[in-house]
Amino acid sequence: MRDMRYLSGVAAISLDVRRCVGCGLCEVVCPHGVLAVAEGKAGIVDRDGCMECGACATNCPSGAIAVTPGVGCAAYILQVWLKGKAKASCC
Amino acid sequence: MMPLTGKERTTAAAGPCCCGDAPGLDGGAASCCDAPASGGKASSCCNGAAPGGDTSSCCGEAASGGEDSGQPCCGGPQAPAASPMARPGYELLPFVETFRTTLAGPVPVVRTTLDRRDVRGTLGARLGYGRDGYRVAPGLYAVGRPGPDCPVLVTADYKLSFDALRRELSGIDAWILILDTRGINVWCAAGKGTFSAAAMARLIEASGLARVVSHRRLIVPQLAAPGLDARDVRRRCGFTVMFGPVRAADLPAFLRAGNRAEPAMRRVTFTLSERLAVAPVEVYHARKWLWWAALAALAVSGIGPGVFSLAAAWERGVWLVAAMLAGLVGGALATPVFLPWLPGRAFAVKGAIAAGGLGLLTVLVLAFAAPGAVSPAGRAAMALAAGSLGSFLAMNFTGSTPFTSPSGVEREMRRAMPLQAAGLVLAAMLWIISAF
Repeated sequence: MRDMRYLSGVAAISLDVRRCVGCGLCEVVCPHGVLAVAEGKAGIVDRDGCMECGACATNCPSGAIAVTPGVGCAAYILQVWLKGKAKASCC
Repeated sequence: MMPLTGKERTTAAAGPCCCGDAPGLDGGAASCCDAPASGGKASSCCNGAAPGGDTSSCCGEAASGGEDSGQPCCGGPQAPAASPMARPGYELLPFVETFRTTLAGPVPVVRTTLDRRDVRGTLGARLGYGRDGYRVAPGLYAVGRPGPDCPVLVTADYKLSFDALRRELSGIDAWILILDTRGINVWCAAGKGTFSAAAMARLIEASGLARVVSHRRLIVPQLAAPGLDARDVRRRCGFTVMFGPVRAADLPAFLRAGNRAEPAMRRVTFTLSERLAVAPVEVYHARKWLWWAALAALAVSGIGPGVFSLAAAWERGVWLVAAMLAGLVGGALATPVFLPWLPGRAFAVKGAIAAGGLGLLTVLVLAFAAPGAVSPAGRAAMALAAGSLGSFLAMNFTGSTPFTSPSGVEREMRRAMPLQAAGLVLAAMLWIISAF
């Protein structure tokens, strides 16, 4: 995926290293290798690779990762703008 | 066709066949369809009246020695007897090979090869017309001859997800648990919240999985993780979730390695074939507006010095429609295909370049084919219309890619959409001006 990169400096993901317990599940579930565990603590190693799917935050046992999950789909976002979140659908 | 037994051959009386008139019922066997009887006057019915006569025969095989033919008629050879697996009110699906008896009842064993019907279904889903409701019943399935300690693989009820999984499992004994994801693939279902711990716990309870397997482990696709909290599954039903590889194709290697995934198995890819698989749906979606847009283009093209001219609507209009098609192809097909090589990170930029380029190509064709049809201002309008439309369509393709973040797409949209709209308005103005 290194050959295809999306906009840099936009992905909103944050990691509170103090709360990290080093279980490594975030590294397992991330489909883009954004997070990696080194010396017992997770770290964000490729922030711009993040697509905000939310897999890491959903599976983090200590709530150390914050990301607002969503679908990076223009058609869906347009529907949200036009019809509101409740009526928008994707896929 | 089922071989006929001697009994069947002799018991049936000569009788009319279903279509057309029966031949004389006196004496000889009457009959129909295809092959003539041996030694008798050949006659056939099925497509009309048969002549009266002595022995005649029917359906492919000749009756032996003038005996009454008990062979079925009409519609070719007799169909085989109903499968012992058939049940009133149910349809036996072609991918089910047999059933395996378990403590939780019979479990369908599915084939690991796809047949023509599966391929046809895949085509329908990929092209868009057969995409909705393309699903299999949720519940427990099997591949091979699994026992109580065989792995349990979980997937979505979208038929493409199910097919992608089972086709990789030849030679493997495993249980397959299909979650009710409303006909949506694993990743999207996880995003929508239907591939969830609650749904998983409900299904495990309903399917009686705990009675079928002796272990308490589930192998779940990694891409279910956005919606599936692994610890929550354990809390709810006692099963431990192990995240398997992203692609079903890596499952055999994952299982062989003792449920361990190589780093590459954990990353999504977006290869040319993967891009080609998801692109056609975008073109299919265009059917909703394309006809209206073409009609509008023809109408606008009729405006000219003589108020409105049907001839002009056609002569100039086809070129504007051609430019729009260039926009569609550029944004919805060329952009996905050439995605890694098109300049820019934003899809709106990539699409504008691909479709604008095709728009210019259309102008080039125009310059040779009908040099007088459209003035320079109109030619600029063609390229601009193609580029703006293609830019918008390429932006819509973000939803089919596995690497665009919602924050990024929203930013791109806020910047690009005003430009795309302005481009289309300017193109329309230039087009109308060019008629005068």
